[in-house]
Amino acid sequence: MINTDVVIIGAGPTGLFCAHQLGIIGLKCEIVDNLDKIGGQCIELYPDKPIYDIPAIPECTGEELTNNLIEQIKPFNFNHHLSDRVEEIKNKNEKWLIKTSKGKEFLTPNIVIAGGVGSFEPRKFPTKNCEKFEGRSVLYSIKDKGIFKDKSVVIFGGGDSALDWAIELSKQSKITLVHRRDEFRGAPSSVEKIKQLQKEKKIDVLTKYSIKDVTGNESIESVEIKNEEGESKVINTNYVLGFFGLIMQLGPILDWGLNVDKKTIPVNTENFETNKKGIFAIGDICSYPGKLKLILSGFHEGALAARGCFKYARPDEKYRFEFTTASNTIKDRLGVKE
Amino acid sequence: MPKIKYIEHNGKEHEIDVSNGLSVMEGAVQNDIPGIDADCGGGMACATCHVYVKEDWFNKLPNKSEGEDDMLDQAYEPNSSSRLSCQITVSDELDGLVVHLPEKQI
Repeated sequence: MINTDVVIIGAGPTGLFCAHQLGIIGLKCEIVDNLDKIGGQCIELYPDKPIYDIPAIPECTGEELTNNLIEQIKPFNFNHHLSDRVEEIKNKNEKWLIKTSKGKEFLTPNIVIAGGVGSFEPRKFPTKNCEKFEGRSVLYSIKDKGIFKDKSVVIFGGGDSALDWAIELSKQSKITLVHRRDEFRGAPSSVEKIKQLQKEKKIDVLTKYSIKDVTGNESIESVEIKNEEGESKVINTNYVLGFFGLIMQLGPILDWGLNVDKKTIPVNTENFETNKKGIFAIGDICSYPGKLKLILSGFHEGALAARGCFKYARPDEKYRFEFTTASNTIKDRLGVKE
Repeated sequence: MPKIKYIEHNGKEHEIDVSNGLSVMEGAVQNDIPGIDADCGGGMACATCHVYVKEDWFNKLPNKSEGEDDMLDQAYEPNSSSRLSCQITVSDELDGLVVHLPEKQI
């Protein structure tokens, strides 16, 4: 069990800057994120895309922004719990008892939800029958490529994951790559490689097709694909892989008794507390009149939520506002010497 | 003000006045039309404002943005009449536009 002042859910820019603000005012926090790396949407969706509206930074990429925020909170040595997700929260003696999917437990008076639009999960096939094979012969990620050796594998998708796995697995398996249009969005070199493998008849490529149905008993035996003209084809196969990117789902947050309106959590604008005492929501996931889904708004919300956390974490102390330029206490916390 | 007709997957129609300059997605969100989620808020970083536009209107729309098809790959049941409604800006030329909403946004 980890005792802390605040648990932040979400390691995107908003969560990271809130951690900074908590560090500045002398509180401890633990950061939990479902992704395997820090940065949230900035790192998962647009690491290379330039952002132009961070105050005083004319242009930076999602990755640069993330790296700078990581650098900014370094002095506080906060723990990150990645590839983990808060599943359950319970009220316990005026505090929140938190359990994660990996079985970690936290006891804290404050939770700050900075979860963006939810946690990332692989997008699945729309076909109902796929569900019964999921995790065994219908897969959305690969843990052990050895299972495909000398087997037939049908891969759906047109991005880097689909292309990279098609190329990699073609060395040991019979691969059919299926995509809904002629253009692939993966890296040009991968697209070239696929074309070359197709020419050498090392992989089959079927474009303008999408999945229609799957059949099988214990494991998959065949997959039926269709085009827009309504023609369909049946391919015998041992495995079906789908790489359609990630979707964002609010997930367990919906079960915590918080008010939720259109996938967002209403908050007050004084300290961004939700309808539950000690649970705050900041960034894209919160809503209030005039809400802008901008990173800069998330920074502001995190700064105020951090002060909101103070009264529950230090009920006997009075919060004093201080500037980083002037306060020796803050300079101590940052580890900067005069 | 141009009128945009949103037809839900169950056939329910909503005809809405949408100001010039707004996107078809914003017209739906501001008027609480069910069936358009717009998780990313118009950043073309998700595919949850996916709509179908029939041929007669499809060809009158401004061309797809760079990267729009890449996002549409990830939509629920995309086809050749698919668009992201955040990338369609409403103008007088689009008065009467009809968009069909998919069964779900995923």
